[in-house]
Amino acid sequence: MKIKTFFFIVCIFFASPMQASNDQARLLEVYKNLRCLVCQGQSIADSNSDFAATIKLVVQDQFNEGKTEDEIYKFLISKYGEWIVYQPTLNKNNFLLWAIPYAALFFGGFVTLLVLRGAKNNKVN
Amino acid sequence: MKISISKIIIFIFVIFSLSVFWNGLKINNNYDTKSLIGNRISNFELIKIDDSDKFITEEDLKQNNYTLINFFASWCGPCRNEHNYLLNLSKKNTKIKIIGINFKDRKINAINFLKELGNPYNFVGADKDGKISILFGIYGIPESVLIDRDLTVIKKIVGPIDQFQYNEILNLIK
Repeated sequence: MKIKTFFFIVCIFFASPMQASNDQARLLEVYKNLRCLVCQGQSIADSNSDFAATIKLVVQDQFNEGKTEDEIYKFLISKYGEWIVYQPTLNKNNFLLWAIPYAALFFGGFVTLLVLRGAKNNKVN
Repeated sequence: MKISISKIIIFIFVIFSLSVFWNGLKINNNYDTKSLIGNRISNFELIKIDDSDKFITEEDLKQNNYTLINFFASWCGPCRNEHNYLLNLSKKNTKIKIIGINFKDRKINAINFLKELGNPYNFVGADKDGKISILFGIYGIPESVLIDRDLTVIKKIVGPIDQFQYNEILNLIK
């Protein structure tokens, strides 16, 4: 019984700081994906500006209310547009942005195949 | 002359890339929050600057034909420049109510600011930590948001109100 109580106390002792550090890590990830709109090339995580401080407060509040990362991003996008997030969500306006890398990869593979085939045919002839 | 398929594909790809870059150059890269126009304001509650028992909510804003929500601070230089336009608007137009939101400021400084320049506001609230400003997509002050009775944003002014913006507000609330 004593051993059980001991383990229980140890678990409680370690669990809450671990949970806190997990939350901090998740918050930091959100800050890193948010652009500081009044800074030159800095994220909210990097910036000490007034604007960044306010955004951090709002994100922290929403996080404490139990909102997910996506819900927080959605809220901020509704107020500041897609520009506030570094990783924009897929929509009809930025479809090409997402599709072009895959298209380029496919196209590159196709061209390489054609070139290799051409080289092989030349060798045979 | 024999044209291979790969050459046609490369040609199409080059033309496509150039057209993307060309269109990209023509896009205006100046950031603003005009995308907020047409959105509805929600979850709004503002505590009066000199009396924390009094506050207004979105239900109060629904009573006005138009509401201009102006973010200001005593430490903000451009806020002084736009102040006369706000005073004119409050004196000459009964259709519009002006709500002042004092942004990250000391209460005493804000009260002195209004004593010195005049008070154009029907209600002055405090946004001490700036959280309310996020609801309105504010990223610097002064900024103003014009909303109608349905709490829909019909105009957003980034920076101080000038003669042009003043006329535009008058046109919108005719």
